Amino acid sequence: MSAAALAAPARAAAKAASGASVARRNRDGYLFLSPWLIGFFCLTGGPILASLYFSFTDFSLFNEPAWVGLENYKRLIFDDPRYRTALGVTLAYVVTSVPLKLAFALAVALLLNRNISGVGLYRAIYYLPSLLGGSVAVAVMWRKIFAYDGVVNDMLLWFGIDGPSWISNPDYALSTIVALAVWQFGSPAVIFLAGLKQIPPELYDAADIDGAGRFATFRTVTLPLLTPIIFFNLVMQMISAFQAFTPSFIISNGTGGPDDSTLFYTLYLYEEGFSHFRMGYASAMAWALVGIIATATAFTFISSRYWVHYGDR
Amino acid sequence: MAIADEAFAPQRRSKAQRDLLAALAIHSVLIAGALLMIYPLVWLFVSSLKTDTEIFSNASFWPSQIQFQNYIRGWQGAAVSFGTFFRNSLVVSTAAVIGNVFACSLVAFAFARIDFRFKPFWFALMMGTIMLPHHATLIPQYILFHKLGWVNTFMPLIAPKLLAVDAFFVFLMIQFIRGIPREIDEAALIDGASTFMIYRMIIFPLMRPALIATAIFTFVWTYEDFLTPLVYLSDIGLYTVPQGLRLMMSTTGQSSWGPLLAMSLLSLVPLLIVFLFFQKRLIDGIATTGLKG
Repeated sequence: MSAAALAAPARAAAKAASGASVARRNRDGYLFLSPWLIGFFCLTGGPILASLYFSFTDFSLFNEPAWVGLENYKRLIFDDPRYRTALGVTLAYVVTSVPLKLAFALAVALLLNRNISGVGLYRAIYYLPSLLGGSVAVAVMWRKIFAYDGVVNDMLLWFGIDGPSWISNPDYALSTIVALAVWQFGSPAVIFLAGLKQIPPELYDAADIDGAGRFATFRTVTLPLLTPIIFFNLVMQMISAFQAFTPSFIISNGTGGPDDSTLFYTLYLYEEGFSHFRMGYASAMAWALVGIIATATAFTFISSRYWVHYGDR
Repeated sequence: MAIADEAFAPQRRSKAQRDLLAALAIHSVLIAGALLMIYPLVWLFVSSLKTDTEIFSNASFWPSQIQFQNYIRGWQGAAVSFGTFFRNSLVVSTAAVIGNVFACSLVAFAFARIDFRFKPFWFALMMGTIMLPHHATLIPQYILFHKLGWVNTFMPLIAPKLLAVDAFFVFLMIQFIRGIPREIDEAALIDGASTFMIYRMIIFPLMRPALIATAIFTFVWTYEDFLTPLVYLSDIGLYTVPQGLRLMMSTTGQSSWGPLLAMSLLSLVPLLIVFLFFQKRLIDGIATTGLKG
């Protein structure tokens, strides 16, 4: 901003010299903006309002939307046990996968932040699952690894444990999807590592002079200075975890089973909207999801006042 | 303390020795972790070379005899060759990359360099769409594309990219353009360059790192995207790779995991190539911008 202010006189001169008028700037501005403007009205901003309208209607794509007021929302809250299941599964997934993922990410970032050789190679290997993890191929692989006759149970057998059939047991199916998410801790780890590099070395020297041990240094220097990054990773991972779709779809073969134990929110939304064409009801679910994510994010922001430490305050 | 220190002095190792031990310990932990991380992928590769019976018997980690039967059978597919899915995915991903690079850079240029009316208002709206869950717009988008007659074509997969709907990339590029000295544009302006020429000749070439990051991430996300093609494409001939795998998984029984695993591995190859060539850019992109990667 200050650089822009300094450049202002030069810019004014340039404008005067070329005769760039306000009208021309407006015309050029909107011309360059036009792809996004069309996209906004047709594909994001417009649709979000349209889906709000649809959420108050009974609409199946083949009939005209019929206004039903709050009926869809009432059904969501009071009369749809499967919706409640989906919400529960998704919340369980978010509150287990996100903290575990961040814990692994932080641990590996701390190990990599030391002066050791081969950091680049380690970073790459730990990051690889994050790159591939969203693909159907990996979900297919995961399904096979956690099958009754899969690799995980083979390994457990070495320790004399006869593992369950993870994928087809309602008690364990969700945990395999959590494991798949945690396996992808590489990308938050990369962000943590970048954050650790930002901590001024003088602070560690100061802690050393004060006689702080390794753990005390971590608790009083590293962790407080890393809280903005922890907060950032937490918010981003939480928002994307609420929207997880592919792993549950592939691992449950599109059913959310066994026994609805992997019926993620988005999977149920997809089913209602595109298998049963209850588009009004699915719109209400979509809006409820926006509300849930916004509430969760708002709570995280409010809580951040108590635990996130910003260097400039 | 001092007494204790002296008492232990003879047993204390030198600093260099301690550093070496610490490094060894860290490396062992990191190597063990790295092996665990890539083990599933190695397993996928090894299994794709086994026969179906061998995959299930789990006799040994290594295949008794390396055979590429799974790849041949998988590629041939049932109704449609897997090559069709690859071609479709490549067409969609390439179009998405081109669309995002051009559309997002045009829009970013407007926000970063042109002072037009109501700019703060549009900027705030654009930033608002970054946080919007995709599912909130999915149904009205579907209805729109349905009315346009674009369901069961690639258009719903490509059009959003041509219209800079992925606002995150616009923001990434805006931040990058802000780092380019404004004096360069102003000199060109004095020389009589038009706004479009400044974009085309100065800003676009200078923002290459941001364009490359956008291209890589757009490619990876489009290539992996499963929900959008699942919603829009019903003709098997139009299926993308993720749909092809899903089709294979649901139609083949327990008897033929081999071809499915072979095609799964093959479908990761474009991503692995991107990883090998752009690994540093990918990781730096995540480290500096917080892209979800």
